Amino acid sequence: METFDIERVRAEFPMLGHSSRGYPLVFLDSAATSLKPRVVIEAESDFYAREYGTVRRGIYGLSQAATSRYEGVREKVRAFLNARETSEIVFTRGTTEAINLVANSLGRTILKAGDQVLVTAMEHHANIVSWQLVCKAVGATLSVLPIDDSGQLVMSELDRLLSPRVKIVALAHMSNVLGTVNPVAVVAARAHAVGAKVLVDGAQSAAHMPVDVQALGCDFFVCSSHKMCGPSGVGVLYGRREVLESMPPWQGGGDMIVTVTFEETTFEAPPYRFEAGTPPIAQVMGFGAALDFLEQLGRPALAAHERMLTEYATGVLQEVPGLRIFGSAPGKGGIIAFVIDGMSPYDIGTLLDEQGIAVRVGHHCAQPLMKRLGVASTVRASFGVYSTRAEVDVLVEGLHKVRGILS
Amino acid sequence: MTASIADKQAALIARFNAIPSWEDRYREIIRMGRDLPAFPEEHRLDKNKVKGCQSQVWMHARPESGRVHYEADSDAAIVKGLISLVLEVYSGHTFDEIIATPATFVDGLGLGQHLSQSRANGLSAMLKQVKLYALAFKAMANKQPL
Repeated sequence: METFDIERVRAEFPMLGHSSRGYPLVFLDSAATSLKPRVVIEAESDFYAREYGTVRRGIYGLSQAATSRYEGVREKVRAFLNARETSEIVFTRGTTEAINLVANSLGRTILKAGDQVLVTAMEHHANIVSWQLVCKAVGATLSVLPIDDSGQLVMSELDRLLSPRVKIVALAHMSNVLGTVNPVAVVAARAHAVGAKVLVDGAQSAAHMPVDVQALGCDFFVCSSHKMCGPSGVGVLYGRREVLESMPPWQGGGDMIVTVTFEETTFEAPPYRFEAGTPPIAQVMGFGAALDFLEQLGRPALAAHERMLTEYATGVLQEVPGLRIFGSAPGKGGIIAFVIDGMSPYDIGTLLDEQGIAVRVGHHCAQPLMKRLGVASTVRASFGVYSTRAEVDVLVEGLHKVRGILS
Repeated sequence: MTASIADKQAALIARFNAIPSWEDRYREIIRMGRDLPAFPEEHRLDKNKVKGCQSQVWMHARPESGRVHYEADSDAAIVKGLISLVLEVYSGHTFDEIIATPATFVDGLGLGQHLSQSRANGLSAMLKQVKLYALAFKAMANKQPL
């Protein structure tokens, strides 16, 4: 069952009209980055062409209008994530910067020698390395919640790993390899019981399912516009107000201060305390249009569409001889990582590319997870709002052709 | 006398341009990779890994009478095929000829953008490594007392 008019949705994405190597583009790398609808491209270019001005710095009308629209997008993000207040929404350059911000600001404040940061075995490097750097600096350690063979967290291990020494728990909402949607609310409740703060990496979930940060109960939720049909170069840090207020600035610069002398500087309240320098203004405008676009489609409908595709693709891909999928968690998102026995993922990806099919090949910035899965790399097909069953069929046909060439 | 590096490249380009479909060009590359002599296991070391390749590539070389003999391997069939092209072109030639002759065959093979963008598949890293070996062996040879 189609949950919305997919052809009308696809008509909004100019890139889908392009061909690749003489074939219509089959874009199956939405977990890396999403294609952009026309409204987003126009919102950004219209702002540059007709409404351009800096934000929070100008006496003139253009700047004031830009500031008002910029703050309007902050409100859209608040509503999109169901945060309580707009002051809980910080614009960053992306998910990676948002995690680094929390690691360096909160991490360096509350982590002491002997403390722990708990991550999971399925994290993206951004949610490992950022913490590792801070842990090394303060003498804390990283501990890891394991996963089982279906790609789900081993929740029975959580209580053993949680102790008052664990100050921060950082985990993916949705795995960028396995597609697993983690029981974040349960983890957050148990982590809070030992006094830990909880950061949720929402890079993969934010555009693909309804997100309610209050229901999740997390202290931080981070995501990237470019994976949400929005422009590159902008992302979000949601932080619970009480926690953000307790945190010192990370980067210093313009617009995050109240007064500066050479002896002492006093800082703005959140979110401005964490937005040093001129932000990616035009990208924020485009991001606002992307959020409107996703809301108009309706995230429950969008999630249902991608779930239908994932189930369909899982079925037909498993009929390809020798193909093994990693991650079989119930309710997993639209991300399917696989290998074909006896064939290098690099070869598969190269020969799919020759047929106009864009997939990701590699370790997906999750080397510890690859080690756990016992592979060096995988092929990954991932879906977006514009993906179709017909594209899944093209992938399967493409894989049969690849097998014909490689074997 | 063996053909020059330039002649070999021209021959390769002619051979691949005679294959009409991209599928068959890849089949030919993969076949050439399969024919590559087995890579000696004692050289399958991290220090012999060519950096900048998306797949794993190992390369080892030895000098012999002013010429360089290369051995290499990859875990990806297409990359192994590309290795066999590189080795067919450069292996067994003199230090100076290897250093002086640029790789022109890559763009001429009709292998699509993907393989021509040699950074992506490590081909440029491999070609650089080929030249580095020749430069290093030449420098060592020049230092040796007569």
